[in-house]
Amino acid sequence: MSKTSRSQVTVPATAKKNSIIEIRAIVQHDMESGFRYTESGKLIPRDIIRIFTCSYNNIEVFKADFYPGIGANPLIIFTTIATESGTLEFKWLGDDGYEAVHQARITVS
Amino acid sequence: MNMKFNSPLKIHRRTWMQQLQKLALLAFGTYLMPSIALAKKEEADEAIQKITSGAKIQEGRVTLTIPPLVENGNLVVLKVSVDSPMTANDYVKVIHVIAEGNPLPNIFAAYLTPRSGTANITTRVRLADSQRVWAIVQMSNGSFWQGSAETLVTLSACTEMV
Repeated sequence: MSKTSRSQVTVPATAKKNSIIEIRAIVQHDMESGFRYTESGKLIPRDIIRIFTCSYNNIEVFKADFYPGIGANPLIIFTTIATESGTLEFKWLGDDGYEAVHQARITVS
Repeated sequence: MNMKFNSPLKIHRRTWMQQLQKLALLAFGTYLMPSIALAKKEEADEAIQKITSGAKIQEGRVTLTIPPLVENGNLVVLKVSVDSPMTANDYVKVIHVIAEGNPLPNIFAAYLTPRSGTANITTRVRLADSQRVWAIVQMSNGSFWQGSAETLVTLSACTEMV
């Protein structure tokens, strides 16, 4: 079974057609950088989220690649244009089969 | 996670003085030779080379915002905004953020489309040391633009034990 964790996304529930909306997406993850050592001197292996995507009615509108330089519990704030009512799907993919999916509905008038 | 955090209140006077010295030296260096002070470190340079594959990078249009003084390098709010109309013919394609003082200079790459509306990205990053952070942006016409910001980090990320 693949790993997953809690995620939270803030999307306005309603929006005017063609207005710009701000989306805040956060997910629970340690983002272990692979540069840290335990007290006994053992290197802690890297375990991070690699890819974040946002699809608007199944069309990809935003994508980001993450590296170890992203802080724990990665937060990303970006914008998109509210074109039509529908579903926004957010997906995080990471090491060791990590996957988290979040969906949000938006009504565009 | 249990990490040993040094309380910011317990920063030794010597550490503090060293940071202050660094800042003074940096300011002095920038004053004397702005071109040298702006030169990127090797690894960061390599990472940027990989992105642009040798294309010319123009200065401007990109604003990178980080706090000038960071107490804890583990979570630093970083904002990139690019001056672009974001129309179907003229938009921002990719935003790369490179930190020259991190063990791995790449921090993130964000891929935008005309449907993004604006080119504003905010996230939280790790910074290993006092350094300059770069944003390299590729426009839809293939041109590259860059912006950067300098910051002073008093407690570094990455180095602490678990």
